[in-house]
Amino acid sequence: MSFETATTATSYIALIGNPNSGKTTLFNALTGLRQRVGNYPGVTVEKKEGRLTLPDGSEAILLDLPGTYSLNASSPDERIATDVLLGKVDHTQAPELVICVVDASNIERNLYLVSQIIDRRIPVIIALNMVDVAEHAGIEIDAKKLARSLSVPVVPLIASRSIGVDQLKRAIKEAKAITAKTRSWRMPPIVEEETEELIGYLQRYHKLNEANAFHEALSLLSAPESLDDHRDRYAPEVIAHVRKDHERLNFMGIDRQSVFVESRYEWIKNVCTEAVKQTHNGKTSVSDRIDRIATHKIWGFVVFLALMAIMFQSVFTWAEAPMSWIEDLTMLIGDQIKIVMPAGDLRDLIIDGGLAGVSAVVVFLPQILLLFMFIGLLEDTGYMARAAFIMDRLMSKVGLHGKSFIPMLSSFACAIPGIMATRTIESPKDRLVTMLVSPLISCSARLPVYTLLIAAFIPTTYVLGFLSLAGLTLLSMYLLGLVMALTMAWFFKKTLLKGPAPLFIMELPPYKTPSVRSISLQMWERSKLFLRNAGTIILGVSILLWFLGTYPKSEGTPAQQLEHSFIGRAGQAIGPLIKPLGFDWKIGIAVCASFAAREVFVSTMGTIYNIQESDEELAGSSLQEKMRNDKDPVTGAPVWSALTAICVMVYYVLAMQCISTIAVMRRETNGWKWPLFQIGYMTALAYGATFIVYRVGLALGLGA
Amino acid sequence: MKEVSLSSLSPGERGKIARVATQASVRQRLLEMGLVKGTPVEFVRSAPMGDPIEVSVKGYRLSLRRVEAQSVFVVKETK
Repeated sequence: MSFETATTATSYIALIGNPNSGKTTLFNALTGLRQRVGNYPGVTVEKKEGRLTLPDGSEAILLDLPGTYSLNASSPDERIATDVLLGKVDHTQAPELVICVVDASNIERNLYLVSQIIDRRIPVIIALNMVDVAEHAGIEIDAKKLARSLSVPVVPLIASRSIGVDQLKRAIKEAKAITAKTRSWRMPPIVEEETEELIGYLQRYHKLNEANAFHEALSLLSAPESLDDHRDRYAPEVIAHVRKDHERLNFMGIDRQSVFVESRYEWIKNVCTEAVKQTHNGKTSVSDRIDRIATHKIWGFVVFLALMAIMFQSVFTWAEAPMSWIEDLTMLIGDQIKIVMPAGDLRDLIIDGGLAGVSAVVVFLPQILLLFMFIGLLEDTGYMARAAFIMDRLMSKVGLHGKSFIPMLSSFACAIPGIMATRTIESPKDRLVTMLVSPLISCSARLPVYTLLIAAFIPTTYVLGFLSLAGLTLLSMYLLGLVMALTMAWFFKKTLLKGPAPLFIMELPPYKTPSVRSISLQMWERSKLFLRNAGTIILGVSILLWFLGTYPKSEGTPAQQLEHSFIGRAGQAIGPLIKPLGFDWKIGIAVCASFAAREVFVSTMGTIYNIQESDEELAGSSLQEKMRNDKDPVTGAPVWSALTAICVMVYYVLAMQCISTIAVMRRETNGWKWPLFQIGYMTALAYGATFIVYRVGLALGLGA
Repeated sequence: MKEVSLSSLSPGERGKIARVATQASVRQRLLEMGLVKGTPVEFVRSAPMGDPIEVSVKGYRLSLRRVEAQSVFVVKETK
């Protein structure tokens, strides 16, 4: 027991554990809403910290480290966990204490990480989570015996029901005085000998402390003979010694890589024989019975498609009502402002700039909330891993992981929640590729553009007697986006973000009842991050675009005013640039004006063609009429043809005309590099594809 | 004892891990996930499209692609 007075300095504690060990649930139970999410410097890994109050009233900061199976980091996510423990990350102090969350129902594999942490001589407490699940599976763990074998405190708990959390807090207070014990697992004698010797060398030549020297020694001894990754980091004497060690161990027939893993697991087995009892073997578990259907050859797809359909439908259509409420409310507030404020520039700025900008941000919330509710449900129940299991075959064909499927599907509704959903993908390269290609998938904001152009220019004929040409055109636009997204994913994986095919070595955790608290916390957190980080950019750009579309002011019809505005001039200026695509300057203006959001294309067209009907339907049909009758003033040829319409659509399928996506990319990748790259490659792709379609179309005589 | 690859087992078949033979980084991960020599393992099922597969090891369910499972060798349990 520590008798220190409540310390003035807040202590720094890290929470670590295997994926699926309930680490985040425990983090939420310990800190509640007192959380803060940021990023580690230089990487896209999220850094989550929270505050907790210990029984004596003192405060501690708790850091939630990325889930990891081992400290032999392979992915950047895992490397962060290891580096933080060693105090090697900028702006993040080394924790004084580590709480290691251990899934009681999967104790052997979870203890592997524990043994590595103990070796690091960092004070550690075991939070033995999900003891209820373990008991249900017939696994009984004697926490006292376990604590004795491991020589570290063990606190059994059920994080999802906050059982044992107070005991854990008490243990934290007491454990700060406990120094970690030396390792208790043993390797074969000859390996022990070599390790001991190498530690001596490392301490002599590199002044490492014992714990670090031990870790480096294991890494050196198990490394491939070439020592490619190590050669430059060690003194020649050390490398020479390691080479001799390699030779000797190889000669003795020792597998230098597996011997360390095997020795740890051997020790874990002994610990478990002591402390863990398998009382009954449990009949077929509930999870297994669910999986017989959920991963069945036929029913598996039925369940998967049904769940995806519900999710897709909800994000696509259920969000529509709240979204239109937000729009109506915006109108209402705008009307109120019009009543109390005299007409003028300031009023326009407030209504058409500021208010419209706020509305443009808030309007995404229903989709984000709904999608994260579903993703939370899928993850929390354990189905997400099955979805990846089912879809991996397909996604692996383009070099991606099964987990890329859901973000891409979500992007049919909107790329913003889609990009935000990529955080379930562990490999940063795969996550980045998924984020880069998701906006190519046709989102709901493109639909108004497609429907306007299809209704105006695609003849209402039928192919094969029953397939409407209009429907087929719409379908081809959706397919074009999907195919390009997959192609570009494959391309990026082959070139720019080349890397080993993502490993699919993943646990399929048992199904469990989802925690409402975890899911609502996640929904809240995502919305907050979106509003704070992306929202400000969207708002700013909306106001800027309003300004560019309004000034400099001129007299005349709205169409003439738009023509004389900065945007109008830009649209005309890019005329020569877009002429090869078959676009005239009016389309140029619409492209510029809808840079922030694709659906603005329709209203811009309305302004250009002087549509004043207040009735939407009437306005729509008269706009189509006017577009069809528009003639080139010089040649007298129609400005629009079916080919032009298709070209504009192809351009909108592929171009990055969405400031909100860019803002979210900036937030998720923690910088401007990738969003700018994305704008660049998508514009190039859109330009190139539209050019080809236009030229081929002309050659086929479709331009008339 | 004849060694066969883990991916060649059928659902319900069991064996003991004999060795993992693949490139170092993948091997490290497979070993750390518990596929160490002598560990009992059961082939549970394949995914609906045949790949990846699901195995039961050390009391939990692990899924891995066939290409990785091909490098894991087991000694089949005789019935």
